[in-house]
Amino acid sequence: MKDNRILEVKDLKQHFQLRKDYTVKAVDGISFEIKKGEVFGIVGESGSGKSTIARTIMGVYPPTEGEVWFKGRKISDKKISAVDKKDVQKNMQIIFQDSAAALNPRMTAEEIIAEPAVVNHVWKTKKQIHEEVQQLLSYVGLDASYCDKYPNELSGGQRQRVAIARSISVKPDLILADEPIASLDISIQAQIINLFYHLKEEHRSTFLFIAHDLSVVRYISDRIAVMYQGKIVEMGRTEDIFHDPLHAYTKSLLSAIPVPDPVFERNKKLLEYGGTARHDNGEMKDWGNGHFVYV
Amino acid sequence: MGALLELEHLSVSFDTPKGEVQAVRDVSLTVQEGEILALVGESGCGKTVMSQSVLKLLPGNSRIKSGKILVDGTDITDYKEKDMRNLRGTTLSMVFQDPMTTLNPTMPVGKQIMEAVLKHERVSREEAKRRAVEMLDLVGIEDAEHRYMLQPHYFSGGMRQRCVLAIALALKPRLLFADEPTTALDVTVQAKILDLLLKLKNKLGLSIVFISHDLGVVAKIADRVAVMYAGKLVEVGKAEEVFYDPRHPYTWGLLSALPSLAKKGEGLKCIPGMPPMLLDPPKGDAFAVRNEFALAIDYEEMPPMFQVSPTHSAATWLLDKRAPKIQPPQIFREERAANER
Repeated sequence: MKDNRILEVKDLKQHFQLRKDYTVKAVDGISFEIKKGEVFGIVGESGSGKSTIARTIMGVYPPTEGEVWFKGRKISDKKISAVDKKDVQKNMQIIFQDSAAALNPRMTAEEIIAEPAVVNHVWKTKKQIHEEVQQLLSYVGLDASYCDKYPNELSGGQRQRVAIARSISVKPDLILADEPIASLDISIQAQIINLFYHLKEEHRSTFLFIAHDLSVVRYISDRIAVMYQGKIVEMGRTEDIFHDPLHAYTKSLLSAIPVPDPVFERNKKLLEYGGTARHDNGEMKDWGNGHFVYV
Repeated sequence: MGALLELEHLSVSFDTPKGEVQAVRDVSLTVQEGEILALVGESGCGKTVMSQSVLKLLPGNSRIKSGKILVDGTDITDYKEKDMRNLRGTTLSMVFQDPMTTLNPTMPVGKQIMEAVLKHERVSREEAKRRAVEMLDLVGIEDAEHRYMLQPHYFSGGMRQRCVLAIALALKPRLLFADEPTTALDVTVQAKILDLLLKLKNKLGLSIVFISHDLGVVAKIADRVAVMYAGKLVEVGKAEEVFYDPRHPYTWGLLSALPSLAKKGEGLKCIPGMPPMLLDPPKGDAFAVRNEFALAIDYEEMPPMFQVSPTHSAATWLLDKRAPKIQPPQIFREERAANER
């Protein structure tokens, strides 16, 4: 295993050919790495390729080009060994935005949470399953009475907690969270963000956190990548991105975040970004301190 | 400037098999000519039901239990569908969250605007078409002359929402209900739509009731803010008053729960528990069980609206003369100072 890198993405491309003469370059040559215990945020507008990255890493579709390395092993190959595949399936878990669609409506919360651990033979006896599920439920702020509930009996926030409990049941090395709080109310959002924060601080969990809400990403991430039209235009430590944005698109994105301060908001000038990242001969330039800009 | 919309002790209930759900409880509110009032609150707090009750778009199992709705001084509480049809579009209009479900996918957007004009006014088709192009131009769709004949799927989400706005504004309404109009959009697009709404307000003297749960958006657009909880109005005031000097513990909770106001490294302050079921709302203050500052009286009696200033009022017993003085959370002022730097 190469030092403490959990995930390495090298020059990843994901092109979808829709017609003979029309290809969508959803992800177009991006590279990044995530270290153990780190929360890596990806932000960008819809259609910039955020979710495609998560899906390609999960192996939903093979990449057009480029490589994905997980714990020092290449997993983007089609000929990945059965042992590696098992390892990926166990140690990489995903949380989706819409938990109503992601959870099986015919399974109880207990079955949902236990499923990854049961199919991976982590929990063996019924007694152990029950105990572990109860512990996980209390960990995400629900009590044992939720064991027998079906997803439709839960509110959005509760469902998202069940989805989180499920994703951490096998103690994965990497959790991909694709807009996990976008569909929730403000006060529930705060509870879920706190839960993520707790996982990060107490359990040193590693996250790839995808969101379009920059204030949330800022709060939780150690490093951030800003995506625009399939490319990472800027990447760096959270403070650097927010205090010293270098790319024009990042600046425009930051200026568009609504701040809950009426006087400030009314006087704020919106920076527009009309340019395009689609000049293919650009490259990531190192600005020092792990701060990269696409020029 | 007079009051365009007045709600007097409005209560709206739904009759369900389980019993009566009191979605809006005793709400009194006014919207002045040319102002933007933002309605804020969690989902299920009655924001949408309240605005739909004014437009009479509520489903069949609902009824206005008590109270009055006055538009321009005229009582429209008992208006039937036929009367409402004259009011909708010309005086009151609306925009919903998802533009794709609002627009007819098989009809060119220009035609959808024309439809609104032709249904209400006796004008020629050429005139209606001219108006449609003018409206598309007004909401910032470039090359409206040509795009006028395109179906909605040619447009992006932000452009579609602009088209919906064009339809809503085609008959020059005086009051627009915008129900989470930017929630489905990206931040950059959202910022543009909000700028557009502000521009329209200044240009046309439009009043807007803006429904949102995003306090950042509300800060940008609102002149006044009304906070709702469990079907009741808990705090109303100018945007500055509600954001800089909030008085209701629920407003404190909402503001403290925002990650953009929190410091890194500290947990977010969340409001514990869940909003109450409105099937059988609690006797006293509905927020009492989730309120760390709750007093004994909160569980017994509903607090009245206390006036903080002529424009600012809040429904909490903490503002009563006999209540103990407590220190409200201060996080907001620090953030403001940081922004001014």
